[in-house]
Amino acid sequence: MTTKSTLTAISPKPLPEGTHTCWSCGSMRAAHFCESCGKVQPPTPVDYFTFFGLPPKLTVDVAALEKEFYELSRRLHPDLNARAGSREQEWSLEQSSMLNDAYRTLRDPIKRTEYLLHLEGVALEEQSKSATERARATGEIKKQIVPPDLLEEVFELNMQLEELRMNKKMGEDDPALTAEISQHKHALEAKHEALLQELETYWTDWDNLIDRSFLDQNQGSKAPAEERAKITAKMVDVLNRRNYIRNLVRDVNVALED
Amino acid sequence: MASDHIVGIDLGTTNSLVAYMQGETPVVIPGEDGSNLVPSVVALDRDNQPIIGNAARNLLIETPERAVYSIKRLMGRAVEDIREELELFPFRLAEDLQPGEVLRIKLGDKTFTPPEISALILRQLKRNAERYFGGPVTKAVITVPAYFNDAQRQATKDAGRIGGLEVLRLVNEPTAASLAYGLDKKQNGIVAVYDLGGGTFDISILKLHDGIFEVVATNGDTHLGGDDIDNLLITIALDDIRGDLGLDLRRNAEAVQAIRKAVIEAKIALSSQPSVKLDIELPSELAGGKRYQREITRDQFEQLIQPIIDRTVGPCKQALKDANLKPEQIDEVVLVGGSTRIPKVRALVKEMFRHEPHTDLNPDEVVALGAAVQAVILGGGTQATQNMLLLDVTPLSLGIEVAGGVTDKIILRNSTIPASATQFYTTQIDGQANVAIHVLQGERELAKDCRSLARFDLKGIPPMAAGIPRVEVKFLIDANGILNVTAREQRSGKEAEIQVQPSYGLTDDQVESMILDSFDNAEEDFRRRQLIEARNEAATILGALEKGKRSAAWGQLTSDEKKQIAKMEKALLAVNADDDYQAIRRAIDALNQGTMRLAELMMDTAVSSALKGKKMDEADLGEGVTAPHPMAKAEFK
Repeated sequence: MTTKSTLTAISPKPLPEGTHTCWSCGSMRAAHFCESCGKVQPPTPVDYFTFFGLPPKLTVDVAALEKEFYELSRRLHPDLNARAGSREQEWSLEQSSMLNDAYRTLRDPIKRTEYLLHLEGVALEEQSKSATERARATGEIKKQIVPPDLLEEVFELNMQLEELRMNKKMGEDDPALTAEISQHKHALEAKHEALLQELETYWTDWDNLIDRSFLDQNQGSKAPAEERAKITAKMVDVLNRRNYIRNLVRDVNVALED
Repeated sequence: MASDHIVGIDLGTTNSLVAYMQGETPVVIPGEDGSNLVPSVVALDRDNQPIIGNAARNLLIETPERAVYSIKRLMGRAVEDIREELELFPFRLAEDLQPGEVLRIKLGDKTFTPPEISALILRQLKRNAERYFGGPVTKAVITVPAYFNDAQRQATKDAGRIGGLEVLRLVNEPTAASLAYGLDKKQNGIVAVYDLGGGTFDISILKLHDGIFEVVATNGDTHLGGDDIDNLLITIALDDIRGDLGLDLRRNAEAVQAIRKAVIEAKIALSSQPSVKLDIELPSELAGGKRYQREITRDQFEQLIQPIIDRTVGPCKQALKDANLKPEQIDEVVLVGGSTRIPKVRALVKEMFRHEPHTDLNPDEVVALGAAVQAVILGGGTQATQNMLLLDVTPLSLGIEVAGGVTDKIILRNSTIPASATQFYTTQIDGQANVAIHVLQGERELAKDCRSLARFDLKGIPPMAAGIPRVEVKFLIDANGILNVTAREQRSGKEAEIQVQPSYGLTDDQVESMILDSFDNAEEDFRRRQLIEARNEAATILGALEKGKRSAAWGQLTSDEKKQIAKMEKALLAVNADDDYQAIRRAIDALNQGTMRLAELMMDTAVSSALKGKKMDEADLGEGVTAPHPMAKAEFK
């Protein structure tokens, strides 16, 4: 099995008992609409991967995902079901909002990873964007765990930012300092980018694990929880470091603009 | 006579239009005066009857206290956020307005909410369409600025309902424009739509993909447009007059309207000529016969408006950034809105997107045409719209107020709609039965800086210990960009009751009580109006015939012809007493046909050849017969 999963290669997850016939024409149907009569079906609460008929894997063929998104939009969008009965219109609205939510989440590498972690029950709250913004707005001092490999750099940068603020207060301008800070900023941005690549290596680990446990599952055994936790912990660490750097870059931008 | 035409309506700040798909082509439906544009002006006549459009525009100068324009600026807004508007526009608010109440505007001694005034404009458009089709029109697609928030959208939808229209969809104006363009050129690529209208500015970036119009980012300013340019020129003129003549006309509504009319004409002229001369008559009792005269060159004009048009740059840059695109990646730029006729605006757009913008379609009409396309898509589609589907986005982030007065964003801006988010709530104290939720819209971090949409009260939560109830609240932005909220208590499975208090809007009951023509009566109302029109027309032709009988031409007819005419006249008089407008109309047509030779004979022999084929009611027989034929479809082709 390859780690790159295309949508066409995946057979849709079997539907729950009793829901696989179309409410309107009674024939066998696809998950969201009837392949025979085209009618939109009542939505079933599923996760975003399942919605697209995908296994919970992190390497996603985004071009294929987009194609599937357009195909499903042509079936589910309220504009194309505007003449249907009120119940069908309701389903169309729910199905297409779920389609949009799922597509928005899965096409973005970070959102996709965060979503998978959410499904795995892992909390990212501490370093998340909303938590940071909340702390910012309320003036609370938020617990910031400085990633160890950044300690030295962050320390130096903070000193320089402090100096910059002092200079500004005195109305002085130090081009050399500004240049140094900009250089730090570029280094941080490069690291931010590199972390995405690091994250992708954990995707591969995760996807391999899913493939293996999928095979095992066929023989009746469960996915090993401790192995899952080991990989998700690494992903959480990367995401936290990434968020930390993003916030830092934002602070630098603010300081430079002021 | 049943008709299932769904019309597309552009409810503009300055002008409004109604359009429909004639076969495979969208066309604008003209009004009785033959004009495609209905000025968005509403006035009350001496009998307090509403006058809409061109006729109302004249009243704007004659009786400014009984007329209103640019009402779109007030849609979905509260008294506290229109201070700026009140400085610049002659809106007269009701004196007894309570804080938190929906705005009411005074026209004469009556008051109207902005949705009611918009509803009068919509009803006029509806009537124009009904007159054109010869049947009732009850369903419409109405366009709104892409950057309109929830309250402004809701107010527009309310206006439709009050005006007797079922609003099938609210479509964003730039997106509608792209549909009109996309109809001709079915191709793939990235398109930017720059829409600078009378009062609003939108920028939308779309990805076209095999008939799917996917909006990737949108931005704008709902208070930026041609109005701002007019106000700037008015201010300059008023300052000049005060400086030169020591005359303060700021509170003189009639004079201000006269100046406004003149500067708008000057602004339009400056798009095609290098300079223009303002020459305005001032109130003689104050100015002693003096006039305000001033020459404005295009150079000066461009310098003056630069700060205004520069305000469109920020939103364009933000939209590009949100779309993750560079200007070079844009394949086409489309201009929409009357203000994009200004050469300086075109130059700015070209500079920003590095593309010569498209102007093939009339920028005043393209939005209405696109709305007509969307109307057909909703109605099941035709050959021309096959495979066409619009995927639009929400322009502003949706958030919930959380501890510390902070906005927690749950649906981010530029999310494809419909979009949803689910939040869970619990109780703080034992046995708590209600939870309050404050919904916000905007990009700022603090709740107080965002737009308050509504306060929800979750009620009837079953008594449980604190923290035990788990109320699932689903926020769903529908395809109109309007928020819907449902809630369920999960432990008990009970549907929680939601009490919505829109922060700035009409309640359902209020809308209900304002409806101008009730839906149930649409057919009846239409019939009654048609009957009145048919009788008026019958009176016109009968009057013309009387004149004809007294003319010399009458003697030239054969006795057979005279007998025939008398028979038809009698037939018309007979049906005219009944309520069947179609029978009256048939009798009118017959008489028209039968009197064609009489009409010809009545013409001066010298010109008669030129008028061959004219019917009785078209021939110039003096006063009373020049009114356009209310059902003459051919005139509008």
